[in-house]
Amino acid sequence: MTIPQMDMPAQDPVLRSKNQKEVALGYTEEMAIIEASRCLQCKNAPCIKGCPVGINIPGFLDAAAKGNFQESVDIIKEASLLPAICGRVCPQETQCMEFCTVGKTLKDPMKSVAIGRVERYVADLERETNSIKIPAIKESTGNKVAIIGSGPAGLAAAADLRQDGHEVVVFEAFHKPGGVMIYGIPEFRLPKAIVEKEIDTLKEMGVKFEMNFLVGRTRTIADLIEKDNFDAVFIGSGAGLPKFMNIPGENLVGVFSANEYLTRSNLMKAYDKENVDTPIYQSKKVAVLGGGNVAMDAARMALRLGAEEVNVIYRRTRNEMPARVEEIEHAMEEGIKFHFLTNPIRILGDDNARVNAIECLKYELGEPDDSGRRRPLPISGSEFIMEMDTVIPALGNGSNPLIKQTTQDLETTKWGNIVVNENNKSSMDRVYAGGDIVLGAATVILAMGEGRTAAKAITDDLKNR
Amino acid sequence: MNKIVEKKQLSDDVYLMELEAPYIAESRRAGQFIILQLDNNFGERIPLTIADANESKGTITIIFQAVGKTTIHLSKLEVGDYIENLLGPLGTPTEIKKVGTVVCVGGGIGVAPMHPIAQAYKAAGNRVISIIGARNRDLLIMEEEIKKCSDEVIICTDDGSYGRKDLVTAPLKELCEKGIPNEVVAIGPPIMMKFVSETTRPYNVHTMVSLNTIMVDGTGMCGGCRVTVGGETKFVCVDGPEFDGHLVDFDNMMLRQKAYKTQEDQATHKCRIGLTGDHK
Ligand SMILES: Cc1cc2nc3c(=O)[nH]c(=O)nc-3n(C[C@H](O)[C@H](O)[C@H](O)COP(=O)(O)OP(=O)(O)OC[C@H]3O[C@@H](n4cnc5c(N)ncnc54)[C@H](O)[C@@H]3O)c2cc1C
Ligand SMILES: Cc1cc2nc3c(=O)[nH]c(=O)nc-3n(C[C@H](O)[C@H](O)[C@H](O)COP(=O)(O)OP(=O)(O)OC[C@H]3O[C@@H](n4cnc5c(N)ncnc54)[C@H](O)[C@@H]3O)c2cc1C
Ligand code: SF4
Ligand code: SF4
Ligand code: FES
Repeated sequence: MTIPQMDMPAQDPVLRSKNQKEVALGYTEEMAIIEASRCLQCKNAPCIKGCPVGINIPGFLDAAAKGNFQESVDIIKEASLLPAICGRVCPQETQCMEFCTVGKTLKDPMKSVAIGRVERYVADLERETNSIKIPAIKESTGNKVAIIGSGPAGLAAAADLRQDGHEVVVFEAFHKPGGVMIYGIPEFRLPKAIVEKEIDTLKEMGVKFEMNFLVGRTRTIADLIEKDNFDAVFIGSGAGLPKFMNIPGENLVGVFSANEYLTRSNLMKAYDKENVDTPIYQSKKVAVLGGGNVAMDAARMALRLGAEEVNVIYRRTRNEMPARVEEIEHAMEEGIKFHFLTNPIRILGDDNARVNAIECLKYELGEPDDSGRRRPLPISGSEFIMEMDTVIPALGNGSNPLIKQTTQDLETTKWGNIVVNENNKSSMDRVYAGGDIVLGAATVILAMGEGRTAAKAITDDLKNR
Repeated sequence: MNKIVEKKQLSDDVYLMELEAPYIAESRRAGQFIILQLDNNFGERIPLTIADANESKGTITIIFQAVGKTTIHLSKLEVGDYIENLLGPLGTPTEIKKVGTVVCVGGGIGVAPMHPIAQAYKAAGNRVISIIGARNRDLLIMEEEIKKCSDEVIICTDDGSYGRKDLVTAPLKELCEKGIPNEVVAIGPPIMMKFVSETTRPYNVHTMVSLNTIMVDGTGMCGGCRVTVGGETKFVCVDGPEFDGHLVDFDNMMLRQKAYKTQEDQATHKCRIGLTGDHK
């Protein structure tokens, strides 16, 4: 308990704000061992209940503390398919670290054992030393399973189903697999080579990928089952419907959803101006609207693409921001300006309909609402205008309606999320779903967990047919 | 990977290609489009209408004008070459009903996407009058194909080198005055669709236009293709591409199309003078 938490080495803020390279550099072996040995090996291991997939946290930390890194990563992989990814992007402070005894004692979850960082270290080491083992595949069952979407939900389901001996085909609308991990979360936070490596492993296991295939349009779910003889279908199509604020001026030139902005820059690599055909808007002054991970990513990307000034506009205060604490800190270090208790009411444009300013209203915190959070209230007469040439609404995603529209019997909520039972089975025979399309916008680890639950149910159900 | 099985040059810079795409050929309907990308790592994703399809052969036809980097590149590919990525069919199919007389107005390259719609209206038992226009005779495409599926064809050129020397809106206005059209469909440059919609508005003839905004994914995920229709925001790739022309805010749409103009012009210029012939 006397050992302080190992800091995460990071690229210098000034340098990194001009490149796409990963910001957090990862622990050294020595740091990983020291950090792992901060774990008290609590008997009841409260941390585990904070992990959505229930990783044996004291187990893998103990192995790491002893320098048994392969054993450590093997323990993690019993529960999690993508430790190099989750170790980087899990909002640990609200998951495993929130319950850690060390953090509780120090009265700050940020001072808990840095579980994700050790997880990342052992997973990176395994990958970098080419020690990733291709899991054993059970004898063929003769069953065929279709996976819709190649995000973490789809990939996790595919891995488990393949290991169970089914033939597995992943159908993906985009030209590259990985879902939000490829098109949304930027390179500087999650290097694409890591995601590609995970997908290569799946390919080596014999999972087939059909790219440029939009289920609902290229073929429907009914086609897959009736014409192509798939025995089961897992829908992991993600959220994927950008929300706008519905304020005047949102269709001006220079207003981009964070999805568009990040897809252009990540998937289409628009930052590589010399080589790539997809253009990106040249911005000087950028306003990003929102306070989640999507907003932080868009703001930091805008900075890296050469914007002189990037402003994050958020209605509440820093404490309520849903983004990971580390990303907020990194964004602040990089010089991004935060305007808290501020809400945009109108975007203004010039004669060519190009954005030239944004009008906002100041807020103050009022009485706590039902959730105990103090409700922000507008201060009348506090309108003010900031000059901007780009506005990026980053308000999260609703659910993409395409699959629902083309699959009549599929039951969804009024927000368009697919309704499933505790085994992630939908209202339709042979059809399962998981990840953001079920949960609404959630996290990588939650999506992965749902993929695994569905995979287990599919294997069980197919056995009984 | 989709193989190019046929290629034809229809005019100076307009090309037709037939591509192997069995699933798309099977499921596409009139009014739908594809998105293609020529290079997995560096290419841009561009939308093109499915001008025709042959289900038994498993092919689709695209007709495109070489206007910029990607389309110029595409025009240089030959039979036997492959398109790396092809996604479709996208968009909501045209709602084809029997309404009586349908006037199909196609301008420039817009005649190509018009063709399957005119065919479908004809097949549904409508009387089809097609008005097709181009700047001059050489730029007029698909005249024969349009004739095959129309009861009457009116041709207009800006310079009078063929057919009437008129904008397509002139014959359309005459037809409206006689109360002939029960429905008008217009596809072409935005400015043409805007004026077609203005022409029919006083006569209250329902007018459908097919919009060609800039797109990225084509699945409703990015919102880059959004337009204002009747005061509401719509996504062209999923809610469209067809909308009621009387409700579309064409002025905003045209300005939005120019968002990347400087960068595109630079890329096209480099492409035309051959600085960046091929990728890799
Ligand atoms: C910018 C951004 C930053 C984020 N940061 C974090 C973070 O730091 N930590 C964290 O834990 N979470 C983060 N998230 C959330 C996390 O990425 C998602 O919760 C997670 O990716 C959901 O996984 P999924 O498998 O359900 O769907 P997705 O990752 O969305 O993948 C769905 C895939 O399905 C494809 N698809 C959709 N419809 C069809 C169809 N009809 N046919 C074929 N394919 C289809 C899509 O193209 C996509 O590739 C972030 C999200 C965004 C957008
Ligand atoms: C649903 C839909 C269907 C389409 N169908 C066809 C078709 O069947 N045949 C065809 O030739 N074109 C069609 N288009 C337009 C086609 O997508 C563009 O011409 C293409 O994206 C240009 O790419 P580029 O890289 O060659 O040119 P760029 O270098 O990107 O642009 C060159 C010039 O074209 C303009 N431009 C760019 N994108 C568009 C666009 N989406 N619409 C209009 N002008 C644009 C630019 O402003 C610029 O002046 C369609 C567009 C949509 C949205
Ligand atoms: S997967 Fe996420 S929540 Fe679970 S232990 Fe790792 S970092 Fe914590
Ligand atoms: S709660 Fe913290 S200290 Fe206790 S076992 Fe878990 S990680 Fe170790
Ligand atoms: S092209 Fe992305 S939403 Fe339409």
